[in-house]
Amino acid sequence: MANWDWQVFCKNTIDGEVIPRCLGSGGDISYLDWMLSAWGWTLSVALLALVVALLLGSLMGILRTVPHKGLVLLGNAWTELFRNIPLLVQVFLWYHVLPALVPVLKGLPSFVLVVFALGFFTSARIAEQVKAGIQSLPKGQRYAGLAMGFTLPQTYRYVLLPMAFRIVIPPLTSESMNIIKNSAVAFAVSIAELTMFAMQAQEETSRGIEIYLAVSGLYFISAFTINRIALAIEHRVQVPGMIGGSK
Amino acid sequence: MNLDFSFFSWAVASSFIAKGLIFSIQLTLIAMLGGIALGTLLALMRLSGKRWLVMPAAFYVNTLRSIPLVMVILWFFLLIPLLIGRPMGAELSAIITFTVFEAAYYSEIMRAGIQSVPKGQVYAGYAVGMSYGQTMQLVVLPQAFRNMLPVLLTQTIILFQDTSLVYAIGAYDLLKGFEVAGKNFNRPVETYLVATVVYFVICFSLSMTVRKLQNKIAIIR
Repeated sequence: MANWDWQVFCKNTIDGEVIPRCLGSGGDISYLDWMLSAWGWTLSVALLALVVALLLGSLMGILRTVPHKGLVLLGNAWTELFRNIPLLVQVFLWYHVLPALVPVLKGLPSFVLVVFALGFFTSARIAEQVKAGIQSLPKGQRYAGLAMGFTLPQTYRYVLLPMAFRIVIPPLTSESMNIIKNSAVAFAVSIAELTMFAMQAQEETSRGIEIYLAVSGLYFISAFTINRIALAIEHRVQVPGMIGGSK
Repeated sequence: MNLDFSFFSWAVASSFIAKGLIFSIQLTLIAMLGGIALGTLLALMRLSGKRWLVMPAAFYVNTLRSIPLVMVILWFFLLIPLLIGRPMGAELSAIITFTVFEAAYYSEIMRAGIQSVPKGQVYAGYAVGMSYGQTMQLVVLPQAFRNMLPVLLTQTIILFQDTSLVYAIGAYDLLKGFEVAGKNFNRPVETYLVATVVYFVICFSLSMTVRKLQNKIAIIR
């Protein structure tokens, strides 16, 4: 470890010359430029997949708690399907298999396919948590809503979900941090994200340790930031009088 | 597009797939046993209350849990040859990586398991004259393992799924077996589909078994 060479990040990706101000200009790209753009790809994949996962996961989690056998079955099947197939295999399914079977998907860029793969995979885990959150509420809340003359959707909208979502914020937080880490599998279908950058830059420069350290640091910062944002949301929406609520 | 599974024969399965399946299972079992052993040790360190034990264990667990597994696989593949001074095969490197990495996750489970044992049990151990080591080994850990068995097994199913990530360093696991077969017969779509089904059947039946086990344990408690 005696000879660090952090200057590697200032090198031009094409000819290996050190660029004076580290950030390339006018067509020249330094490894630092490349890494920052890779960070952008990682965040884009992760955040868009999180949106997909939250929407689908909430929907499926809700379906698993409604008094309708068919819908419960659908929600359960969804969860089991996407939870029991490795993420990398799911990414390959979206990338290699689905476009071959469904011609409409052929035109989609691989970025979109990976977002869906990661989103669907995570939706199963979020569905599990949303379901647990709804079931943790006393049954009386549902009956109270229905007795007040609310329809079932109104009961969910105004009575059950506002409480259930607050309860599941902590597990959703760790799921959001997981999605940043899981976005690393996008390297397998050549998305130019951080892990892909790490592999390629390591090969080109042979300064693996410096590059891996920087990339690992960026993953850490990303996950930590999500954690802080989620904590802020948790504090903002907490209900006074509940355990974990404000005094 | 027409799907054609006709190339898929017993010969294909035994020549391409079996080798990968065996490695995936091997990797899962070794990483599970090694990871639980190392993880339990880390959990005991974190609960020891001694700063010089708590700090390194917490650093180990938190660092590994904040980096994607793929990056950890790449790190070890890069670092181990530098440390031992000669190249190391992807398979062996994967086994070491997964043991070390999973230990961080198992240790969090074991920590929760140990904390779930009532304090009175520890006092009872001391009261009958047992040392710290004896109390842990004979009183606390057996109960912690039992309480956490379903969670430990669920983590092992996740571990089995994650073994597919050795793709990053080109180790020959179950997924790789399917990929090679798909390339050889020029039928990647079909082989990925079969791979999906195989992984699903394995993981789904394992998680059903864990669920049954969970109910069994819950009744006795």
